[in-house]
Amino acid sequence: MKFEDEPVPGYPLPILPGHVSPGRFERVLRAGWFAVTAELAPPDSADPDEVYRRARVFDGYADAINATDGSGANCHMSSLSVCALLTRVGYAPVMQISCRDRNRIAIQGDILGGAAMGVCNILCITGDGVQAGDHPQARPVFDLDSVSLLGIARTLRDDHHFESGRKISMAPRVFLGAAANPFAEPLDWRPLRLAKKIAAGAQFIQTQYCFDIPRLKRFMTHLEELGCIDQAYLLVGVGPLRSAKAAEWMRTHVPGLHIPDEVIRRLAGAQDPAREGRNLCVELIQEIRAIRGVHGVHVMAYRQEESVAEVIERSAVLAGRVPWYPARDTAQVPDKAAT
Amino acid sequence: MYRVRLRSVRHARGLNRLYRWLESALVAAAPLWRAIGYRRLDRPVAAVERTVKGFLFDCRMCGQCVLTSTGMSCPMNCPKNLRNGPCGGVRANGHCEVKPEMKCVWVLAYEGGQRMPGGVGAMRKLQPAVDHRLQGSSSWLRVVREKTGEPA
Repeated sequence: MKFEDEPVPGYPLPILPGHVSPGRFERVLRAGWFAVTAELAPPDSADPDEVYRRARVFDGYADAINATDGSGANCHMSSLSVCALLTRVGYAPVMQISCRDRNRIAIQGDILGGAAMGVCNILCITGDGVQAGDHPQARPVFDLDSVSLLGIARTLRDDHHFESGRKISMAPRVFLGAAANPFAEPLDWRPLRLAKKIAAGAQFIQTQYCFDIPRLKRFMTHLEELGCIDQAYLLVGVGPLRSAKAAEWMRTHVPGLHIPDEVIRRLAGAQDPAREGRNLCVELIQEIRAIRGVHGVHVMAYRQEESVAEVIERSAVLAGRVPWYPARDTAQVPDKAAT
Repeated sequence: MYRVRLRSVRHARGLNRLYRWLESALVAAAPLWRAIGYRRLDRPVAAVERTVKGFLFDCRMCGQCVLTSTGMSCPMNCPKNLRNGPCGGVRANGHCEVKPEMKCVWVLAYEGGQRMPGGVGAMRKLQPAVDHRLQGSSSWLRVVREKTGEPA
């Protein structure tokens, strides 16, 4: 799909009526397309080319790229700087802000700075505890929680002032998102928690990995009872599992991750577990797509990012649509130098 | 103490009633507090609060108590200080991601909330970010001042 005002890389699109951001991601969702986002693991490096290399594997398959913010409480290049690099060449990044490492003074500064550098989407999350990562000796901050962070971001955008009340001269035009984990305890509380995030300002939601469709369906039913279906764009988290051993490791080490035993058994019994993991991912995406109130998938393929293209291609959720990427339109034009 | 805290959640309904009674008594006595002076009272009242609420709820004296909308489970005991619900890291057994030996304060809040009037619906209220200046001050006196329109 092509918008007639496709970006000159690094320049914002005009903001359409009823939209809050000049970004492509919001446009895709509001236009009613089934959206795909992919998670980019920021490098342990100061090399910008590593960021571009990691983004390029999603070319043609992702509407937006999430840059994680110290995911799993491990130290990596910051989300803000990964996003700033990505917007330079026209990608649509989702800047993740975790409450773990910075207080409200730093976070509000990052929201303004990110928006100034072309970031149009922000995902507000709590963040994993420091005990989960490579710096368990670090001081956890948690000055805000994800809900109060959403409120503060919305205040900056809509009311043009900091939490303190001090005015800002230009508001950040950002599409605000939140995370949800429909698969963790207390299960009955989860839809209510999401309703709170929507009330606080979340416009899109990206969930934790889904490997349990019945549990997701129960969550969606409960959400419907609360009147929250279609109140925010919901992207369900998916990802290919590499092997039964990897799945076992993930469910014991990644906080809040729920992988049913039958998934592990299926991988253990497969001849080519990695291939089986991708097959499972494709099946999950197709089942998720059919659920009412789901508007997209968020693919987290940690250390196997190159499989995202295959999984999305085979699931056919883009229905022939090719999300914009820096070389998309030039790639289709015959090379003039060759003629 | 963790075990007392679990007990308090089990008795959320009774404790809520007790608190409502205490609150109305404190509000009724507002002229007396005003005569003595809120500033002079803050330290002794905070000391009482610290003892009582510390025993019952492992209170952390944030100075802006929300126990009545969190099922009598103090959210400041959450290692992430979450005041608007549980994070996504709660373990399958309902225990905390950071402190595996402790039950998630929001799993407890949900249990307590179901025992309170209004049920868990009260937990839908959006709680603002913590004001760290109030740490150590009396939450009870603050409520009295708010209810009687006294400047904070």
